[in-house]
Amino acid sequence: MAIQTPSIDLGGTVSVLPSRSGVSRGYWQSVGRRLRRDPVTLICAAILILLVAAALLAPWLGLADPYKTSMLRRLNPIGSPNNLLGTDELGRDMLARLIYGGRLSLFMGVTPVACALLIGGFLGITAGFLGGRVNMLIMRTMDVFYAFPSVLLAISLSGAMGAGAENTLLALSLVFIPPICRVSESVTTQVRGFDFVDAAKASGASTLAIVRVHVLGNVLGPILVYATSLISVAIILAAGLSFLGLGVKPPEPEWGLMLNTLRQAIYVNPVLAALPGVMIFITSICFNLMSDGLRAAMDVKA
Amino acid sequence: MDSILPVSDRGGPAQPLLLASGLRKHFPVGGGLLGRGRKVVRAVDDLTISVAKGETLGVVGESGCGKSTVARLLIRLIKPDRGTMVLDGDPVDEPHGISVNELRRQVQMVFQDSYASLNPRLTIGETLAFAPKAHGVSAAEARARARDLLAKVGLDPESYAERYPHELSGGQRQRVNIARALALRPRLVILDEAVSALDKSVEAQVLNMLVDLKSEFGLTYVFISHDLNVVQYLSDRVLVMYLGKIVELGPVEAIYGNPLHPYTRALLSARPSMDPRKRTREAPIQGDPPNPIDPPSGCRFRTRCPFAEDICAAKEPLLAETAAQSVACHMRQPGSGHSKAEAA
Amino acid sequence: MLLYALRRFVYLIPVAFGVSLLVFALVHLAPGDPISAIVPPDAPKEVVDKLKEYYGFDKPLPIQYLRWLGVTLTGDFGTSIGTGRPVATEVATAFGNTIILAIAATFLAFSLAVVLGTAAAYAKSRIVDRLVTLISLVGVSVPHFWLAIVLVIIFAVELGALPPMGIGPENSTGWRLDRAHLAHMVLPTIALSVIPLGVVTRTVRSTIKETLSMEFVTALQAKGMSDGQILRHVLKNAAPTCLAVMGLQAGNLIGGSILIETVFAWPGTGFLLNSAIFRRDLPILQGTTLVLAFFFMMLNLTVDVIQTMVDPRIKRG
Repeated sequence: MAIQTPSIDLGGTVSVLPSRSGVSRGYWQSVGRRLRRDPVTLICAAILILLVAAALLAPWLGLADPYKTSMLRRLNPIGSPNNLLGTDELGRDMLARLIYGGRLSLFMGVTPVACALLIGGFLGITAGFLGGRVNMLIMRTMDVFYAFPSVLLAISLSGAMGAGAENTLLALSLVFIPPICRVSESVTTQVRGFDFVDAAKASGASTLAIVRVHVLGNVLGPILVYATSLISVAIILAAGLSFLGLGVKPPEPEWGLMLNTLRQAIYVNPVLAALPGVMIFITSICFNLMSDGLRAAMDVKA
Repeated sequence: MDSILPVSDRGGPAQPLLLASGLRKHFPVGGGLLGRGRKVVRAVDDLTISVAKGETLGVVGESGCGKSTVARLLIRLIKPDRGTMVLDGDPVDEPHGISVNELRRQVQMVFQDSYASLNPRLTIGETLAFAPKAHGVSAAEARARARDLLAKVGLDPESYAERYPHELSGGQRQRVNIARALALRPRLVILDEAVSALDKSVEAQVLNMLVDLKSEFGLTYVFISHDLNVVQYLSDRVLVMYLGKIVELGPVEAIYGNPLHPYTRALLSARPSMDPRKRTREAPIQGDPPNPIDPPSGCRFRTRCPFAEDICAAKEPLLAETAAQSVACHMRQPGSGHSKAEAA
Repeated sequence: MLLYALRRFVYLIPVAFGVSLLVFALVHLAPGDPISAIVPPDAPKEVVDKLKEYYGFDKPLPIQYLRWLGVTLTGDFGTSIGTGRPVATEVATAFGNTIILAIAATFLAFSLAVVLGTAAAYAKSRIVDRLVTLISLVGVSVPHFWLAIVLVIIFAVELGALPPMGIGPENSTGWRLDRAHLAHMVLPTIALSVIPLGVVTRTVRSTIKETLSMEFVTALQAKGMSDGQILRHVLKNAAPTCLAVMGLQAGNLIGGSILIETVFAWPGTGFLLNSAIFRRDLPILQGTTLVLAFFFMMLNLTVDVIQTMVDPRIKRG
């Protein structure tokens, strides 16, 4: 995960006269407007909403039982009667497994990032705003985690803690906290150096009020953009851990785990074996494109 | 209606409004292994400033002379390494005096109009209402006060209160900055290069507005600038800084009419004149400004002074009073050992 | 310059301690009694006792840590539970294999990325730019272990052109520079290079684009400099950021090769780590993690120092 530290663009003067329409455009409103106009972002959002909806509504979609095995009907090809996408190595319906698998895969991707955003964001903003010793303490601790490549850290932690979804969630959260903390700290330090923060301090307001009113509004945007770019990494990493047998345990459906168990099938039915990866790929691309769209929408001077 | 009442006068007109003594601020600059042998930028060294009630004190000097540091020290955005401050008789940040927060109620600052002087996410009205709200004023009243202030600085509240900073011009933004400084009804306003970034025509408007506001609200100004003409227009007294030290101080007529310190003379003679007959051939000052990390010994100006002698390197000249103004130069000190000085 | 490098190295020491602490703690992260986490219940008594002595489980935690640290610093990383061989030897061999793959992948990825990124930044036609952006998007979005499987399906299963796994033909124990071994390297290298390709292409494209929009380029054009000469200037300007990103990606490759190595059964550190996890061979797990982490740190340090040398804007010392 390469970190390109975002720099805050506060925007220069756009017009000398008050705008004709009489309605003043706030920053977030203009971001939302730009997002709505971007076709790529809209398509990706649509796809993701479809995936999430399918995942959430899975029990009510009339699918086959994803756990029901059948020794007779193993590795049936795509387009078989009864099984639209075929069956896996234990005879379970692929379509059902893929959709139910989305639940776990998406959950394992989004949750660690959300946790890391809360914890890492809080630590980073605190370090950035307070500076001095607090900053040193927090950032040096993060440095220790930074000494590990993220995949290695995730695997070592998972490996040591043992397999299982909860351990994976914990390990992944720990992996994502340092980068989010670093970005938060860097962005907060930038904002803290701006004159309007000095002016707020000079007005005698409490630190909490200054952070709440002046810092957060300017800092959350870039942090959020960065965090969303991590979601696709998280999904792939979670799938990777399950692929290695460290994450979700069988017989739970999860895309990474399915890639592992279907490996034996590559000589029999290669397309089937590749199917779960396609889901990961699509989801990952959509999240990446949306993150890019968000960054672009936030980049322009309001 | 006002729940923030302007603080009333305490010691009478003779007592200085703000007296800062022996201020020192050194900034560490990274260097050395494990932080040993750290270099410091001696931004402000043993500075004493006294601001009288109702006056406008101009502070001039080149970039890097420490003017902005002084501004931030006076409002305590930076903590001095050494030195004391007394606000109308009350010591600041000391057991029996007033707190820094209390200081900030009475002393406010107007920043240079950079694109970062106003929070881009807040409307003008919200920015102006922030300080009163932080001091316990109700939201509705703070909003009303914000509109009030906008009107006072010449911006129509109806059109401007809901605007965002990026929709305003430089001059308009600076008016907002000034309004923000007035939100807590301070007694002293420090203006740090407040008009430097503006076009000349706009600058003139804002300057005149500052003069009007001063008399309307009974303010005292410390006006920091590198623009000598503006300082002359606005100030009652002028303070000239060089490399963290005061070199000359006095009434504006004395400083501009009869500058005593070689640096002041050089600064003033460097001003382009409208009279085509006045031409300057030689450069007013030789050499480059020295490094604030390693200032020259003795008099800090001696490396560029055409009159420097041995005594200037040996001893630092203290700020001493002469007939009209105070100056820190061995040439004006009787018995200092300089060839141009009078005998003791 | 040397002073800067030295200073950065010194700052690393507390971090290094932290890393060793974390690795040490890995043993204790495992649920239950540490001993039972390491050895199966039917292990012979000598093994259990030897481990107890090595780890000092009867002593308080800080003492355990210091003992382990002292032993490790002498180069003794312990003994593998699975093979009985010293951990250090196992890790060294595996590390060599990983490096071979990593060098190949970085070479492929970086050279392609620089070419593609520069082409995209300079391209007048939007198609080229779009294409390159698409390639880099695919690079960062594709699950590389899945891509590895797909490559195996296409080239090994369907076409039979390349071997599906291993470092060399049947009886090969190590890597040699010959045709058979190179054939085994092709698919893993491609799979490993996609993510760095994606990331670095993006970075190269955006930094060069940014540099091209700077005023000094216009000034150079006005002076009549040829495009080729300007390109040299542009590359020099874009180099620091790109180098930093490249360094990071190279480091990630080393530590993150585990998934690809698993798919191809390539006997590198990742594969070693994987088997160590499943055998609960904690000495190997610790030793490998430690070595990889320290290598990563040293790599980052080197990249930092190089970046400082290349970018004159960064203050040194």
